[in-house]
Amino acid sequence: MLAINNIEVVYSDVILVLRGISLRVEEGQIIAILGANGAGKTTTLKAVSGLLRTELGEVQRGSIEFNGTRIDGWSPEEIVRLGIVQVIEGRRLFTHLTTEENLLVGALVRKDRAAVQRDLEMVYHYFPRLKDLRRKVSGYLSGGEQQMLVIGRGLMGHPSLMLLDEPSLGLAPLLVNEIFEVVRRINAEEGTSILLVEQNARAALDVVDYGYVMENGRVVLDGPAEALRENEDIKEFYLGLTSVGKRRSYREVKHYKRRKRWLG
Amino acid sequence: MADLVLFGKPLFLAVQWLLTGLLVGSMYSLVALGLVVIYKASSVFNFSHGWLMLVGGLLCWAFFQDQGWPLWVSILAAFAVAVILGLLIERVTLRPLIGQPVLTTIMMTLALAQLLQGIVMLVWGANPHPLPIFADAAGLPMPPLKLPTAGFLGGDIILKVQLLWSFVVTALGFGALTLFFRFTRTGLSMRAAAEDHQLAQSVGLPVRRIFGLAWAIAAIVAAAAGIVQGAGTGLDPIAVPTMALRAFPAVLLGGLESIPGAIVGGLTIGVVETMTSGYISTSAGQELAPFLVLMLVLIIKPDGLFGQKRIERI
Repeated sequence: MLAINNIEVVYSDVILVLRGISLRVEEGQIIAILGANGAGKTTTLKAVSGLLRTELGEVQRGSIEFNGTRIDGWSPEEIVRLGIVQVIEGRRLFTHLTTEENLLVGALVRKDRAAVQRDLEMVYHYFPRLKDLRRKVSGYLSGGEQQMLVIGRGLMGHPSLMLLDEPSLGLAPLLVNEIFEVVRRINAEEGTSILLVEQNARAALDVVDYGYVMENGRVVLDGPAEALRENEDIKEFYLGLTSVGKRRSYREVKHYKRRKRWLG
Repeated sequence: MADLVLFGKPLFLAVQWLLTGLLVGSMYSLVALGLVVIYKASSVFNFSHGWLMLVGGLLCWAFFQDQGWPLWVSILAAFAVAVILGLLIERVTLRPLIGQPVLTTIMMTLALAQLLQGIVMLVWGANPHPLPIFADAAGLPMPPLKLPTAGFLGGDIILKVQLLWSFVVTALGFGALTLFFRFTRTGLSMRAAAEDHQLAQSVGLPVRRIFGLAWAIAAIVAAAAGIVQGAGTGLDPIAVPTMALRAFPAVLLGGLESIPGAIVGGLTIGVVETMTSGYISTSAGQELAPFLVLMLVLIIKPDGLFGQKRIERI
């Protein structure tokens, strides 16, 4: 349904951030983009959602297609109406609105008001805690509750594709599992396709179908989640696993050398 | 009974000043409402608001006095033109400045103020234009309202009718805006856009159109204030904007984003002004007191009484 074809993204006409990214999301899939800070993961999401333009970024080469329609260069409003909602990173809320008002803002683009009420119940079904907090000013929610709220707000737009940016950021491991479990259920039960950006590779690879690894604005590795979990480089750099019981040479410990070769 | 005294002035006069202060303050509240609507939506502090008032009032004058249209038609027509003017101002002068530093937008609204003043001078001249809404058939002003309080306050309280009207208009405007922001989808989208533009865009809100809408609403509020002001003291191209300037302390006192704050701030400034005028002198009340309050607010409570505090979780 979403096809990103070899895009280059430039900020302020000079800073080349994405150097030819291609990826695909099929109907009903969960896809992860993994990578370190500054790899270009968030930029990729913003290129899809159109938010790039608010930051003086521009897709200069390649194309982004959604169900066969070319959407690069569209405004964020048009893209949301098409069914792509980005949940931006850092749990950004309308802090002075209540929990329920935040959710309703997520549904403001929609015309079918009866369905909005139904979706509100759906969000409360996935995140029962939000229902208890519905009248509370959202700025005072805890970090986990805020993350639930931003995902819920994304759902209220009734997207066919949700772009989730780092839902695990700054959350306790147990909460991360809880959030990812709900993300998996939303995908399975509502059929929402999800493009997930994560640094927490372990949590992400447990729920996704397919993953892309980005470094320095390029995709350096991609494959089905099981394959990535078994990949030696992923194990070492992203899951923090090394082969146990073997002696390691100090040359190998300087893994940036291997990384350099990897990027070649 | 004449010996009822409060701080050296007759008690009935003090009470009259208090009531007049509330009524005068409602005028400031009305001006403050217009400022708050724009600031809430787009974080632009509109220094040209006083001139928008003037233009709105003069438009009504032109339709009512010059063209001889019925009063209601004139008022609605003035509102309609004001909306177009508001949308135009937003589209032409402020939209290109989205993302620019605050100072740029401030300078732009100051430039707009001068521009509007120039237009007023060109079209209507520098003379005050009275808007005789509160006049009887012979064109004489309505007699003031007299409250029979001589029995227990030592004197009758006298209130100007047009000030009572400004109070009514402010109350209507306040009620309408409160309901609008709380219960309508458009109101909710405006509150959301006010908080975080990028976030609002990410959920698909047409942020630019929302800014335009805020200007349209503020232009109506300004025109209403201008008409009320014109009916009271006439539309003077110097006095009306000066009066709007005294609403700035009201906005800051109440809090820039708060509609109830605009009301409370306006009433407070009104009372401070008339009390100071009564006890000391009119010039002290009008020229000095509001701005002393403004300075105190900025020093002690820069967010204002009802302003949005930045919510920071620790």
